[in-house]
Amino acid sequence: MSDTILFYLLAGVAIGASALVIGQRNPMYSIMLLITSFGALAGLYIQLDAPFVAMAQIIVYAGAIMVLFLFVVMLLNAPQEDAAGWDRAHPMRRTGVGRFGALLAVLLVVQLTWALGRVAGLDAPVAGRGDAAVVGSVRELGRVLFTDYVFAFEATSILILAAMVGAVLLARREGDR
Amino acid sequence: MHAAGAVAFGAARRSGGPLNAVGGWWFVVGWDDMDLRTLVQLGIIGFTFFMLINASAILVLAERKIMGFMQQRYGPYLVGPHGVLQPLADILKLLFKEELRPKDADKWLFTLAPMISVTAAFAAFATVPWGAETTFFGLLETPVKLGVSDINVGVLVVFAITSMGVYGIVLAGWSSNSKYSLLGGLRSSAQMISYELAYATALASVVMLAGSLSLRDVVDAQAGYWWGFIPRWYLFLQPVGFIIYVIAGVAETNRAPFDFPEAEQELVAGYNTEYSSVRFALFPQAEYINMATMSAVATDLYLGGWHGPFLPAEYGWIWFLAKVGLILFTYIWVRWTVPRYRYDQLMQFGWKWLFPAAVLNLIVTAALVLYFNV
Repeated sequence: MSDTILFYLLAGVAIGASALVIGQRNPMYSIMLLITSFGALAGLYIQLDAPFVAMAQIIVYAGAIMVLFLFVVMLLNAPQEDAAGWDRAHPMRRTGVGRFGALLAVLLVVQLTWALGRVAGLDAPVAGRGDAAVVGSVRELGRVLFTDYVFAFEATSILILAAMVGAVLLARREGDR
Repeated sequence: MHAAGAVAFGAARRSGGPLNAVGGWWFVVGWDDMDLRTLVQLGIIGFTFFMLINASAILVLAERKIMGFMQQRYGPYLVGPHGVLQPLADILKLLFKEELRPKDADKWLFTLAPMISVTAAFAAFATVPWGAETTFFGLLETPVKLGVSDINVGVLVVFAITSMGVYGIVLAGWSSNSKYSLLGGLRSSAQMISYELAYATALASVVMLAGSLSLRDVVDAQAGYWWGFIPRWYLFLQPVGFIIYVIAGVAETNRAPFDFPEAEQELVAGYNTEYSSVRFALFPQAEYINMATMSAVATDLYLGGWHGPFLPAEYGWIWFLAKVGLILFTYIWVRWTVPRYRYDQLMQFGWKWLFPAAVLNLIVTAALVLYFNV
């Protein structure tokens, strides 16, 4: 019973905060709300018997990546979105990239509806190996990451490394050492 | 359970031994062991919270007294005998100050920032154990663990919540709408990101040795002695890791010689320049509680926690307190002895020395753990 209440509480916070993220004019508020949403997500992971994933969520997303976001917003010093230059036309009537972005958003909504419609039997236990506590344990997670999913794991890390090198290359101006 | 049965059961327990008399009394009231356990657990949580609040007061006093000693003067001496009540006077003074907020400050984040700081500081202690299992001299049938909670990813919880504390400082710097505050907040975030890496890498080495992410397991893996006289502390297996942990800990708590977020010669007071009254008080409080947490975690990870000679396990928390006190004294000692670094030196040191050293330490530890299969 208390599990159910906690679930709806966490899910409500996660959805509410995420909805508020896109409703904010001030990007600082958006960042704080996004962190709130991540925190609620971590709570949901704990409810799923995956404490390691929950902590990784907080350390990596809420702790590291969002600090970086905050850093950038602070340095750009953009407390308000520029309301005067804001394009008030309907997204689908805009030109070029704007319309493409709107199309992608529509596609995402369609995809989500489709995916959620396909999900059935949510109250049945998830088919998998053993109980949740074993699957979610650090030992099992590490074993799976370095055996079954080692290619995806390594490919992702190379991708991130490439992105980092690219960022450093772009940030380095001509004439710098 | 009806009353007569309860009394009879209590009497049966009472006959078990003199210590059980206390337990028997609870049974007369009609409580069973689980209720009592819950009560004791709540008591432990409340006590931990209370001690953390006290820790900030005691550390303020200790800092000023030790600073005074190192600078050949008395320190605070007027309030109470030898000035020991000075923190109380400080708190009262801060409570009655006017709460100022700059006109152009962001009022929500300006208020939220100190709250985040102090909440993160308190919450980080939630998985730090501070004593062995105890039955409180026979009061309970099954022993309870001294500490707020014990979960299997305790080390990560401490690390995750500590890293949340940086938001308090960054938001304080940004929302004040003042250049000194902003610079302090920026420095703080850069510094914390840089040193968190070395900190986490040092933690990972210990976790590999212990084979568990639970702080209690890590402590219990350090019980006993090598050759009968050297305690099996990870300090002796991980001397480099310990040094890295302590240095990164100083940087994470923003203390001298790494106190750039509030470098007073350049930034007035850094991120908390615009704060006053209780809102201001929460920042130093968070800093001192973070110090206490850092020292407690260092004790659990490297100094064998509550394990030590001479004392029985029931009194292990005395060893724990002694070790934490020693580390805290070192923190204060360093602050009043070593001059502040330059900011670029701090970054260079963090990225070019501390982090590579931590990674090297991790690799060597991993290889040795694999080789000796400890």
